Amino acid sequence: MKEICFFAGAIGCLGGAIAVIGLRNPFYSVLALIVHLISLAGLFLLLRAEFLAAAQIVVYAGAVMVLYVFVAAYVGNVEESLWEPIPGQRWLAPVLGLALFVELSIAIIGSGLKSLDTEGPTVELGFGSPEAIGRLLLERFLIAFEAASLLLLIAAVGAVVLAARRREEATS
Amino acid sequence: MDMSWYLVLSALLFATGAVGVLIRRSPLVILLCLELMLNAGNLALITFSRTLGDEEGQVFALIVMVIAACEVVIGLGIIVAAYRRRIPLNVDELRALRG
Repeated sequence: MKEICFFAGAIGCLGGAIAVIGLRNPFYSVLALIVHLISLAGLFLLLRAEFLAAAQIVVYAGAVMVLYVFVAAYVGNVEESLWEPIPGQRWLAPVLGLALFVELSIAIIGSGLKSLDTEGPTVELGFGSPEAIGRLLLERFLIAFEAASLLLLIAAVGAVVLAARRREEATS
Repeated sequence: MDMSWYLVLSALLFATGAVGVLIRRSPLVILLCLELMLNAGNLALITFSRTLGDEEGQVFALIVMVIAACEVVIGLGIIVAAYRRRIPLNVDELRALRG
């Protein structure tokens, strides 16, 4: 059963990812990324990260993707030129990507970590629950938590500054 | 399901995102490919957290989600600002950020 769930999630993830880079229309790419994110949330559930799976769907597939959909609709279909700054870039890039994948896989499989060939230790019922994550965030990782909230505030202010119309622009 | 399957999947997703960054020209799609790469990293972090039976990796993944949200907000802000000024949305021509 676990295998079926894993392969279903993996096919959804990979299909979504390939559709993101393959589709010509940016709007369809955004929709493909939503498929990818929801399949990934399923994989998170298999890995017993329940809170993160919920956060993935609510924050990513919900809020962030709505932002993308709005901007993709606002900007419209951008013509992508076929001109290549580096000759043969379109052929070279997949080769380099394949090399990256092979290298990462060698690093993972060759790492010799014994626990990688197991299904992981058995964990108690509350593993990955909001309670456990919240306790870790507010006790051990309090500084990271506060820094993240400060970063979000700066990003919000930056977005307002970037998106605000200049006065001369508004009058013209 | 062995944990190495999840890690190999995450490597594959990361490589897909990297290829997307290299072959696409539109900044919007490049941001989407960055999301793919960040999510592949998240999958690896959560896999390691499950492997070790420790939730700390999940906290890392949560912070990565926050960083990704900030990056999206600023990136989309720049795209909208460039579109308003009728600057072509093409990373080959979009070389300077001076307004």
